[in-house]
Order: sequence, then C-alpha cells, then structure tokens
Amino acid sequence: MLIGEELTSIYVEGNADRYVGEARGSRSRWVSRFRNSESVRGYLLLVPALLVVGALLLSPLAALVALSFASQSYFDIDYTPTLTNYRTIFAPAAEPVYFLGIPFYLESPIFMVLLVKSILMSLVSTAAVILLAYPMAYFLAFQVKRGKVIWIILITLPFWTSYLLRVFSWKIILGFNGVVNSGLVDLGIIAQPLDFLLYNPTAVVITLAHAWAAFAILPIYVSLEKIDRSLFEASVDLGDSWLKRFLRVTLPLSWPGVAAAAMLVFIPTVGDYVTPTLVGGREGIMIGNIVQSQFGKANNAPLGAAVSIVSMTVVAIGVLFFLWISGRRHGTER
Amino acid sequence: MRMGSRPLFVFAVLYVIFLYAPAMLLPLFSFNDATMIAFPLNGFTLRWYEGLLGNAQLMAAFKNSLVVALCAAAISTCIGICGAKAVTHRKLRGGKAAVGLIMLPLVVPSIVVGISLLMLARHVLDIELSLWTVGIGHVLLCVPFSMLVMMSRLEGFDRSLEEASLDLGQSRWGTFRRVTLPLALPGIVASFLLSFTVSLDEFVLAFFLAGNETTLPIYIFSQLRFPSRLPDVLALGSCILLGSCLLVLFAEWLRRRGIQSAFSRGI
Repeated sequence: MLIGEELTSIYVEGNADRYVGEARGSRSRWVSRFRNSESVRGYLLLVPALLVVGALLLSPLAALVALSFASQSYFDIDYTPTLTNYRTIFAPAAEPVYFLGIPFYLESPIFMVLLVKSILMSLVSTAAVILLAYPMAYFLAFQVKRGKVIWIILITLPFWTSYLLRVFSWKIILGFNGVVNSGLVDLGIIAQPLDFLLYNPTAVVITLAHAWAAFAILPIYVSLEKIDRSLFEASVDLGDSWLKRFLRVTLPLSWPGVAAAAMLVFIPTVGDYVTPTLVGGREGIMIGNIVQSQFGKANNAPLGAAVSIVSMTVVAIGVLFFLWISGRRHGTER
Repeated sequence: MRMGSRPLFVFAVLYVIFLYAPAMLLPLFSFNDATMIAFPLNGFTLRWYEGLLGNAQLMAAFKNSLVVALCAAAISTCIGICGAKAVTHRKLRGGKAAVGLIMLPLVVPSIVVGISLLMLARHVLDIELSLWTVGIGHVLLCVPFSMLVMMSRLEGFDRSLEEASLDLGQSRWGTFRRVTLPLALPGIVASFLLSFTVSLDEFVLAFFLAGNETTLPIYIFSQLRFPSRLPDVLALGSCILLGSCLLVLFAEWLRRRGIQSAFSRGI
C-alpha cells in the first residue's frame, strides 16, 4: 500500500507545478521563513536522512565515477585519469558482431551486447508484470467491496519475503530433476526430463516477472482509486461501450500508475544479479553478472565501474525518454 | 460495475495462487524424505529441520544476521522518525525533493549500490570489510522504508495536540515523550519490524560488503552450489519465509490498528 502510493506521487505525478508554486514569492519572505525557527528545526530533522543518502549513495556513486577513469595494472589500481575503460567498451571494429540481427561494430562487443540483452529481457519481464498486474489492480479498485485490506496484504506480503528464496524456488521448479520435469515424468506425459527449462534467458524472464509482480499492482491500484467515479458515468451516459470507456477514460487516467509501476520494475531488474546467477546459466547472464565478475574473478574494478556507469546512463536516458513521452501523452489527453 | 465481475475474480484468485505457489514448494519439499527435490513425494520427515539445529556454521550466520538487522533497524527507524516528522508536520521548501532523494536507494539497482559502497570502503576510506560495513549498507536501504512507514503514520496526526501540550507548559521534550511518542509508537514498531525484515533478507549488499563474514542469505547462497545440501536450504528457507511473514503481518496489523484507534478516539 504505502510503497506504491508514495512512490507514485514522488516520481510520477507532476510535482513540478508544486515546486514552481513554492519557488514564487519574494526573497524577503524567504529570509523571514528561514529565520522562523520552526522550519529550521524541520530542516535539522531531515539532516540525518539526507546525510545517509549523501554519504552512502551519492558519494559512493561519485567514487565509482572516479574509479571508472582509473586503470588496473596487475594487482594495483593506477589512479592516473585515463579513458582506457571506456575505450575498451566502445573500441570500434571493422567487422560487426550480430546479436538478434543487430550489428555491433565493436572490438569487444560483450559489454554492449549484454547491456542490450539485459534491457530487452527486463523489458519483456516488465511488460508481463504490467499486463498481469493491471487486471488485478482493476479488480482491487473497482470490484472488491469488502476485505480490501486482506487482498492488499495478500499481494504485498511476498514482496517482504526473501528475494533470494523466491528466485531459488524457480530453480527447483524448472531444474532438470525439478518439480515440473519430475511431475510430468511421474504423470507419464513425457518420458525424459526436458532440459530446456532452466539456464536460459526465458527462465530468467519468467523468474523476474514473478519476483517483481507485487511491485506493479499497488501504483496502478492507487492511480485507479483516484479516478473520479462520475467520469465513468459521464462516459457511459454519453454512449461509450465498456471498451471505449476503458480506452478513453480508465487507461489514460491510470497511466501515471502504469508508468510508475513500469519504472519500479524495469530499473532494478536490468541490473539484477541474483536471478541470472541462479536460473540463467551461461546463456542467461545479464550485465550485472559481468559487473560482478570485474569486481571478483576478472579483477578489473575500474572496467567494472565503467561498465556500470555506461549501463546506468543508458537506462537513465531510456527512462527519462519514456517519462517525457508518457508525460506528453498524459498531458495532451487531459 | 456490472461488466465482467466473475472473470476478474477468477483471475485475481489465480494471480494470488501464482504469487504464492512457487514459495509454497519450499515448505512442501522440506518435509519430504528425499534428497532430490522431485515428485513423487517420498514420505514425511523432520530430519532436515533437526539437521539445522546442529549446524554451527548456520547458527553463526544467523547470529550475524540478527545483530546486523537489529542495529540497522534501530538506526534507520530513528532516522526515519526524524525525517518523517520534518516532512509531514512542516511545509518545508523542497520537502518533496528531499523525500525523492531519500527514496533513491529503492530505485537504484542494488548491485550498483553494492559495488559503489565497496569502492568507497576499500579504495577511498580503506576500511576492512566486516559486519559493520554490511550494517551501514543496510541502513541506507532501510531508511526509505522506515520513512514511508512513519510518514503514513504521522500524516493523519493532528498538530494541535502538540501545540496544546506546549501551551499547557510542557517542554519540547516533554511534549515529544508524552504526546508525539505514544501516538507514533505503533508506526515506530512497524518501521522497526519492516526494516529488520528487509535487512535480514538482504543478499546483494551483504554479498559485496561482508568480506569474510557470513550472513544468513550469504550462507544460503553458498549452499546452493551443493545439490546434497538442498534439503537443508529448503528447511531453513521455510523457517525464514514463515518468520518474515509473521513479522510483516504483525507490523502491518500494528500500523493499521494504530491508525484506526487514533481516528476512533476522534484524534
């Protein structure tokens, strides 16, 4: 409940106008406000939380950016600024390497190929999560009259349980001697266990879609709840069919929730490490695995830092573009 | 809504089954008397659970996780109370932006948080990795959760109660202790329990920041490589799932009950 609601309002709904409203007002008012001990005390109370984010998220990220310009020489890190790592990632080659029909003209295409692959896998999972979550949120918002709290708790409970264990459960479902195979053999439907269930991108996509399912329902539910019910009546009175009403009223008005849900699932899943490691096998690895290996076995932390900076930048640009598009869409349809 | 009410209900039930079924396999097979996790079931046994108690490595990891989770939950709840009080009680300029910033750890992939904290600890500050570094990482992750819980708790809270107390001659501290704290207590406990659960189950940050130490999720991850150990993991996993569910249900009950009783008293 809480997470969906807050995050929707924080990240998606136009907070911009609120800031503009706050920013108006003269300088003298600002000074008098600052002198007001109440608000000074308010800022002081915020300091610890902001310090945590600043010291433990922003400054480490800055350190990561700095590290991406260093280089690894044997067991030591050489801190002389260099573009070596970025050159390794983007060095051009004359002959392309193809991945899913896309040509990559790169000397070592593995990084960009894995990034594109991770983004695609994550997009498919996100789409699956949203398509399954929307009807559920719709049901919750419009058709549950009693016991709403119980449904909401039922849906959010898995979110709080161990991610590692939820992913692990898919390993035992899809494994060669796993639940699906042994069940089918036991029932006499197949003679030999199927070996294509586990350790491939499909297994990763299924597991991701399941593990992040709970994240998507709440933002969509909250935005559906907020719709003014009289709009439905107006739409029906004006002769819209159920489908038309859905496409012209319900879906556009719940779009902020859908966008929030998409971001909440897409951003963390692109960089997921646990799922590809447990169920992906060699074919199902994602960008998170290669970043981890640079910090571990491959022992090239600066390159790992550069790969993660490039990935985050690409994902951030994609997300901002998506928000811009959906903001325009949302704006015009109002 | 007249249209299509039945099909959606059926869908909702199937959806909830889909959500829970995979995790339910853990307890199911944890009582199965076989090393292989496969059908048909072989017979009932408790030996995997008995094995857990005698496992010294596991118990050490469990103790580590408990210590880290207790500390992380206590610290992040204190920070969350202050932050939530600041943004819910006062119209602060940039308050929304501050909340957005504090929620950032929820949307940054945890592997990026993990490696950047690792870099900070090893290459900038040159600190040895230990349970301390894990705990510090978990505080970062738990603060957003406790802020969210405390904000939802404090939002319906009438400031005039505090003002009345101040007018009647209580000091700021007295007001906090006698008015604010009792009203916020269910939220504080809920925030503590949820942060505790998040920290207890967190794997990726711990994986990067623990050095030679082991927490419970790290122990589980290390056991997954050995097929013969899987039944133990199933039994342990079932205990963890049950424990997390109970903690979260209790926290949620507290949070909601608190809000309701505050309203019914006309507050």
